[in-house]
Order: sequence, then C-alpha cells, then structure tokens
Amino acid sequence: MSNQPIIVSASPHVHSERTASSLMYDVVIALIPAFLVSIYLFGISAFITTAAAVISCLLFEYLIQKFLLKTNVTIGDGSGLITGILLAFNLPAGLPIWMVVVGSFMAIGVAKLSFGGLGFNIFNPALVGRVFLLVSFPVQMTLWPLARTDYAGAVDAVTGATTLGMIKDGIQYGDTMSQISSRIPSSMEMLLGTTGGSLGEMSALALILGGIYLIIRKVITWHIPVTVLATIAIMTGIFWWIDPEQYANPLIHVLAGGAILGAFYMATDLVTSPVTRKGMIIFAIGIGVITVVIRLFGSYPEGISFAILIMNAFVPLINSYFKPRRFGSRIKAKIM
Amino acid sequence: MERKEYVEIGQVIAKSGGYVSSNIHAPVAGTVTKLDKIVDTRGYKKQCIVIRTDAKNESNSKEVEYPLKSEITLEPEAILKRVSDFGIVGLGGATFPSHVKLHVKEDRKLDCLIINGVECEPYLTADHRLMLEKAEEILVGIKILMHALHVSRAIIGIENNKKDAIDLFRKLVPRDAGIQIAALRVKYPQGGEKQLVRALLKREVPKNGLPLDVGVVVHNVGTVFAIYQAVQHNRPLIERVVTVTGKKLENPSNFWVRIGTPISDLLAEVGGIPENTRKIVSGGPMMGKALKNTDVPVTKGTSGILVIPGEEASRGTPRNCIRCGECVDVCPMGLEPHLLMNLTEKTMFEKAAQEDILTCIECGSCSYVCPSHRPLLDYIRFGKTMAKQLESNQG
Repeated sequence: MSNQPIIVSASPHVHSERTASSLMYDVVIALIPAFLVSIYLFGISAFITTAAAVISCLLFEYLIQKFLLKTNVTIGDGSGLITGILLAFNLPAGLPIWMVVVGSFMAIGVAKLSFGGLGFNIFNPALVGRVFLLVSFPVQMTLWPLARTDYAGAVDAVTGATTLGMIKDGIQYGDTMSQISSRIPSSMEMLLGTTGGSLGEMSALALILGGIYLIIRKVITWHIPVTVLATIAIMTGIFWWIDPEQYANPLIHVLAGGAILGAFYMATDLVTSPVTRKGMIIFAIGIGVITVVIRLFGSYPEGISFAILIMNAFVPLINSYFKPRRFGSRIKAKIM
Repeated sequence: MERKEYVEIGQVIAKSGGYVSSNIHAPVAGTVTKLDKIVDTRGYKKQCIVIRTDAKNESNSKEVEYPLKSEITLEPEAILKRVSDFGIVGLGGATFPSHVKLHVKEDRKLDCLIINGVECEPYLTADHRLMLEKAEEILVGIKILMHALHVSRAIIGIENNKKDAIDLFRKLVPRDAGIQIAALRVKYPQGGEKQLVRALLKREVPKNGLPLDVGVVVHNVGTVFAIYQAVQHNRPLIERVVTVTGKKLENPSNFWVRIGTPISDLLAEVGGIPENTRKIVSGGPMMGKALKNTDVPVTKGTSGILVIPGEEASRGTPRNCIRCGECVDVCPMGLEPHLLMNLTEKTMFEKAAQEDILTCIECGSCSYVCPSHRPLLDYIRFGKTMAKQLESNQG
C-alpha cells in the first residue's frame, strides 16, 4: 500500500478515456482538410482570416473570463478554438481584420459567455458572429474573392458571386436554369473546391472527409448531417421536378453554399443540438426546410446559417418533447 | 445466540426475521466471542456474530468433496423449504432471498426460467469460473429450479466472450431438456435482471415491476449452484466464489471462501496489496463499494474485490455539461441522467420523480461516459433518496 491515504468514493470507480477536450480536438482535426483546401485556393488571406478569428476568439474568452467574470479561464478546452475556426470558415477570405475581430466578440462575448459559457449557450456562437457581420456589413460579407483556379468566363475578375448567388440573381433577372447553368461551376468543381464562397465551404469533399472522421470517432452521429442534406435534397428535388427551368437541381443545392459545412459542423454542435436521436432528426428536418425556403423564396441566396440559429432556439423544446423511450414502457409481452 | 456458546459448522446462528429475509449459518465451528456492530463492506455498522474458530475441529479445515448427485427426489414444496431454511440468497450481488423468487402464486403465469451467466460487471470472473468448474452441478440446479417452478423452459444467458463456458454447456445439455444456451453480445449492464430478460426474450419488465410480471424468474449461476448444494447435499450457504483482481496484482484469482473471511486475508493470498494502490473496491468497478479498510468480512453478496492503482483512483474535475447526450445514449433504462442531475441540483425532486428517477438501477454508465466528468450518479442517488421520501410522505 502506498503512503498516500486510500480513496473512498461512490461508484463508478472507473471512467472512459474520453473527455470534453478530446471531443473538441477531434473536431479541430476534422476541420484540417477543409482548412488546407482554403489555403490552397485563397493563399495567405485564408490563413490570416482564420488566424485572426482564432486569436481574437481565444483572447476575448481569456480577457472576459479573467477580468470581467473573474472565473476560471477555460481557453484550453478547445471550444473557443473551434468557434474561431468555424467563424473564419463562414467568412469570405480576406475580410478586413477588424470585422473578423468584431465577429469574434459577438461569438465569444455575446453568444457564449453572456449566456454562461460552454454548455449554456443557446445559439451556435460562430454562427451568431457570422450572421451579425452579414447583416451589419452586407457588402464586405458578400465580396467573395475568387478561388485561384478560375473557371470559364471569370479570368479577369478578382471577386465574384457564389454559385447560389448566381442562381438567385439569374432567376430574378428572368433567366432560366439552362441559361444559368453555363455560368455556374460544375458539380465536380463544387466537390473539389473551385468556386467562390466562404473560406471553409469551398470543398465538399474535404468537409465530408472530416465529417466521416467525426462519425467514426463518435463525436457526432449521422442523424443530423444526413437528415439536413436529405431534407434539402428532397425539398429542392420536388421544386426542380415541378419546374427545372426555375429551380436548380438538388445536387447543386447540396454541394453549393454552406450546406455541407453547416450540416456536418455547425448543426451538430453538441451544446446547441438536441440530445436524443428522435430530437436530432426533427431538428435537422427543420434546418433543411428553413434553408430551402430561404434559398428559394427569401432575399438571401443562402440560408443555412439562419436556419440553424432558428432551430437552435427550438432545442430546449425539442429536448422536452422528444425523450428517450423509457425502459418498461413497451406493451406487455405474451406469456405462454 | 449467546456469548461463549459453541457452534458447529452449518448451524443456524441467525434466524430470518421476516419473509423477505434469510437465515445465516455458521461458516466455521467455534465459540461465539462477540455480538457486536461491525463495519461491513458498505461502510455501515451492522450487527455481527464473531466466532473464534476452533482449530481442533476437523470440519474447519477439511475440504469436503461432494460427488455429483443428479437425481432429484424432493417435491417442489420441500425444495422451497430447503432453499429458505438453508439461507440461499441471490449471489449476483443483491442478496435477495431466493425462496421468495421460488414462491410463485397460483394466479401468476410463468413460462421461463432464466439463468444469469452474465458477469454482472467488468473485471469480475467469479461466475465464469464457477460455470467452468461446476457446470454439471449447475445443470442439476437448473433442473431442480424448473421442477420447483413447474416450468419446462430455461435459458442460460452467457456473454460471447466466454466461449469456453458456452461450449461446455452446449456439450453437456441434452437435446430434450428444454434448456437453451444463449450467447449474448458483451454489453454492460446486461447482468441486470431487466436487461437480461429483454436481451433474451425481448420482453420488457414494466416500470416498478419484477421479471415475474413478464412470466420470467431469473437466478444467477452462483445461486443455482448454492441451491444445488442445499437441495442435493443438505449444505447451507456458507461459502461462495470471490474474484480478487486488479491490473497491478501479481496473481489475480478466484477463491472459494467461507462467508465471514476477512478481505485482508484474500488480498494477502494474491500476493498482497501492490505499491501505489489508492482504492480497494468490494464488488466491481461500476457498482462496487470503495472500502475504507480491508478488515471487513466477505458477505453473501461479495462477488469480488478490485484493487485500483493510484492513477485510476481519482475522479476527473467536473466541468460544464456540454449536452452531448452520451449519458442519454448509454442509459439502459432510457432516462436522461443530465436532466436528473440538473433537477436534483435545483432540488426539484418532484419533477425528478416524474422523469422516472426512481427507475434508475445505478449502473454507473452515465458517470462513466460523461466527457465532462460530471458526477451524474452521485446526484441521481441523492435525488432518488429525496424523491422516495417525498413519495412516502404523500402516500
């Protein structure tokens, strides 16, 4: 027996090796492929925007916890790091740094810490930051730098529209989808990441790769991402089937814009999503439907950020209505 | 019992005080020296009878061999009486008197006997060892139980990491015996009665109900062996298998020990307590009780002793709940541990009762998985106590 006193505590006496921080760092690992793609496509500006978001998020968290709240500083738990990365992923590369810092303040200071910190926030912090910037600085927030590998007809441009933006504009000017489709990137380009758009939403493939890693590591389950994407595909598919000249095909809707980034990384945020499988599916259907409604009938070309934030507000309600099935509530068995 | 009284091995030294209670027999021959309250493995002081063993008495040291006796001669009523008189209790850990489970009222339908060969917790190997060494006796015990309960069907549930035990039983069981061997996926807490019944028969025991409500009676393999000994060999329950294990132990073993043996003796037998030991648990890692000292006796419910090294003995620092839902996923009763902890913290016990806090089986899975190291089960236990109090005040 050692000289140290023996420990007496209540059971269980063992613990799984997984901790909240290890979950968070798995998310960071999952985001690496998409980050590398963004650096390849946008060069140093992608790195600067991401670094600015991460550093300012962690700094705000540190300063507010240390001097304002006077609580333990928890910047090492990985959650602030993820918020920073995801915020940057939702911004155009090369956005003025001061705007990035304002977004970080909204994310960490307002959306996270004013609600009580990790675990108590109702809304996804990174999305709050992004949406705040989007409604405050609509011009800069939709000034999409073109990716390095230009596609046809955009050789001289330094900025351009996103795929969804081009479709929205085209339809509003009275163009048909067959006219628009010659202007927008192909599905293969969207998969690999050669279109205009937010820093981190460029390559569907890189994002899906990270998403699969998260599912394998059991950080997230398939329920939210698959249901969000399936809802978007089915709903846009119905409209496309009704009138393919007015509505883009479902493949474009799934691959373009922030659908995959949102479905795998934003909607699955543990804190702001429901706890049961049933709840997750309801939550994800809601996100899909709202996204499609905004994309097709709203004034913004992309709506997944708003959709996720709106559904975040419903999470407590979903949690209290969609409970796990209690053991013993099944109908009685037949005894011979 | 009186002080200075001489007792023979197997003599009744404490009579059952009610229906859901059982007799205790002297595990050794000797003189009663003390009737006192002694701290038990749970840390509470309990009334104990202290016997000074008589070294001269042969039966104290003699290993008794019992040849297999498979012919069942007793009638169901006589079997029931023997199980009751000989102090047989559930040896899985709960020590529920076995005769209560054997007494099935006329109007209750019963169609299946389930034998629990699923080790109740990780680390423990007592049931596994017993199944390998006493398979034939256990099979006779099962037949005794089937006879006593008037059922024609029995299932032995064994987890599929104990391939040798499954094969052994499959080899031994005759085709027409009505005894089925079921290999189960390894999954804690499957050794729990309700979980086992569902895994084997897809029947769910209703809330606050017993397996009998779905036509099933469950007995642990250790209990079945004890019943075999009582019925066939007139042997009261004075011995049991105890696993003594731990990652750092020189020689982890299973022991066949008399009830009342000090736990310190068992630890000495496996090579002593290793350096750097910070925790000693009676039972398994998930539901066992941490011991303050090792001079406590083995009881009928002691299934194992677990020695935990320093690096695993302390709990992590609790952090905020991140609402990941892991505890909800893992709860075998379909509860929401994070919610129950929250409600308990806020002293909302009535709401906690509405959320079925009382159905918690305290398996510890929620605390085990919580990535934020939250002491979920500690709070739920407290919440249960308070909810029970509320219930009894109202009713």
